[in-house]
Amino acid sequence: MTAALELRNVVKQYPGNPPVTALSGVSLAISEGELAAIVGPSGSGKSTMLHVMGTLDRPTSGEVYVDGNEVSGFTDRRLSAVRSRLIGFVFQQFFLIDGLTAVDNVGNGLLYSGIAKRERQLRAAEALLRVGLGHRLLHLPNQLSGGERQRVAIARALVHRPAIVLADEPTGNLDSRSSHAILELLRGLNSDGTTMVVITHDRELANALPRQIAFRDGVIEHDSAGRSASALLP
Amino acid sequence: MSPVKRAVSPSKFRLGDVLSVAGSGFRTRKMRTALSALGITIGIAALVSILGLSESSRAELKAQIAALGTNLLTLEPGGGFGGGDGVLPAETVGKVARIGPVEQVADAISLDLAVLRNDFVNENETGGIAALAVDLDLLDTLNGNIAAGRWHDQASAAVPTVVLGAVSAERLGVEQVSQGMQILIGGSWFSVIGVLEPFPLAPDLDRSAIVGKPIAATEFDNELNPSVLYIRTAPDQLDQVRSVLPSTADPESPEEVDVSRPSELLTAEEEIEDTTARLFLGLGVVSLLVGGIGIANVMVIAVIERRNEIGLRRALGATRSHVMRQFLAESLLLSALGGLCGVGLGAAVTAVYASSQGWQIVLPPAAMVGGFFAALAIGVGAGLYPAMRAARLAPTEALRAA
Ligand SMILES: Nc1ncnc2c1ncn2[C@@H]1O[C@H](COP(=O)(O)OP(=O)(O)OP(=O)(O)O)[C@@H](O)[C@H]1O
Ligand SMILES: [Mg+2]
Repeated sequence: MTAALELRNVVKQYPGNPPVTALSGVSLAISEGELAAIVGPSGSGKSTMLHVMGTLDRPTSGEVYVDGNEVSGFTDRRLSAVRSRLIGFVFQQFFLIDGLTAVDNVGNGLLYSGIAKRERQLRAAEALLRVGLGHRLLHLPNQLSGGERQRVAIARALVHRPAIVLADEPTGNLDSRSSHAILELLRGLNSDGTTMVVITHDRELANALPRQIAFRDGVIEHDSAGRSASALLP
Repeated sequence: MSPVKRAVSPSKFRLGDVLSVAGSGFRTRKMRTALSALGITIGIAALVSILGLSESSRAELKAQIAALGTNLLTLEPGGGFGGGDGVLPAETVGKVARIGPVEQVADAISLDLAVLRNDFVNENETGGIAALAVDLDLLDTLNGNIAAGRWHDQASAAVPTVVLGAVSAERLGVEQVSQGMQILIGGSWFSVIGVLEPFPLAPDLDRSAIVGKPIAATEFDNELNPSVLYIRTAPDQLDQVRSVLPSTADPESPEEVDVSRPSELLTAEEEIEDTTARLFLGLGVVSLLVGGIGIANVMVIAVIERRNEIGLRRALGATRSHVMRQFLAESLLLSALGGLCGVGLGAAVTAVYASSQGWQIVLPPAAMVGGFFAALAIGVGAGLYPAMRAARLAPTEALRAA
């Protein structure tokens, strides 16, 4: 199996006095088509790792492979390209743009790919159908429920057919019913072939996913797949 | 194992998308957009209308001067040192008329008499109206027009009749010329037979009461020495005439003769108007700067408020320069909006004011285009710093919950 995502000995330090080491030597591989949950206490480095995986932040040292590209030496422009083509993000706070309809918010997922507006809207509508919001295409974010908003955000993360979707607490702002629906949606999308990494505080949700990776103090404490990235090294 | 590598094509942000993203914020923030563009609008409107109005009034003035003729000269005795008696020898008219390029000469004789509405008015309240005795051809020489009634003719010049200048008519309360309307000149009753339109080139005549020379001679026993000569010359030889006039009029002391060209005085008046225009121009520039600061302020606030949006766009693949472009475009659109409204408003003010003054409407294209581009330049200036701040924001920092 090919790794959609791989970290090798990644260290991330935030400058300060004293400096904070958020990741201290993390190695991890996520295969194509996998669905993995990242769990761990607050401050253990989960979001930091997701940002490094998603090229939103650079590791202090170590290597990061996204769809085969070693990105730690990339310029900011090339990292942006990696995000626009290969990665989809879902955030706890949805981050929908207030003045835009569901279709236009989802279409923003293709905004930086150089695709014409009409085509973006068509694909956005398709993505909204996929997440079960075909009846909410022209609604504004404030006309949608929390669960619906997160579906719009998920559609936006999927619309450019990324190699991998990274979700940071996607159900953190939702009640348990909506959380459950979002979980089912993510699982459905994964079974269509999308690779996914989902950070969650929710034990139950994590246990419902095929693989769990537990963080503590910037290192992987446990990986249910029973293998670490080092096992993949030659 | 070595991961399979696929080429990643760069992020793009089409120009049309930049503009529509930049513009979409305005729809949701109408009030703020309008207010922040207002400063630019006022500044540009001030500039465009001031330039438009000064062009319009200049065009009007040029048309006026052209209509009056720029070939008119006036010759007056120099006040001398003690103020002088202010008269020229009677034969001056004939001498001047003999200068080749002189086409027409007319003189006016100051009668130094009180002009009153009736017996009850105190002599001190004449309101500065001068009684003048003239020849019939004065009106023609000055291209003057009658506002009401008629000009003197051979018959009226010999009897107590008077034609009033525009200002005199107003001061004496003569609006229409009716039968039996009389005024007192030097204690004698004169019938008002006409009122003149203003003479922009000879404003002294506006404040005069004009009688014929024959009646002046019989009624007032005056010496009839001209106090001013109006001279029309061949347009291309005006300078030559001007240079020989003093010595022709008074060969002994030519320096005591004042020759002037009234159309030049009007042009000088325009220069004075120009300084007022410059003042307003300065005010326009100041409000433009204030407008620019307003836009910069709104943009700085936008960058702070929309930190999360910036983070999201970076996560969606926007490069730093894409973020920069978006905010610069926003600032540019704001200032372009302000600039367009300002040009429109300025043109409207010019049109309304100029037509209320009866001027021809001149909208200088340079002012309108220049005003618009000045607005754009201000937009770039105002947007640059906020846009750079937005672009420099690290994605993870921008995404952190506010
Ligand atoms: N920008 C930063 N500057 C300094 N320290 C930071 C920064 N971001 C994160 N940290 C620190 O790095 C550590 C890991 O943070 P991170 O956000 O990855 O934790 P987390 O596992 O996502 O926690 P949570 O479950 O609360 O979201 C924390 O100790 C945090 O204080
Ligand atoms: Mg976190």
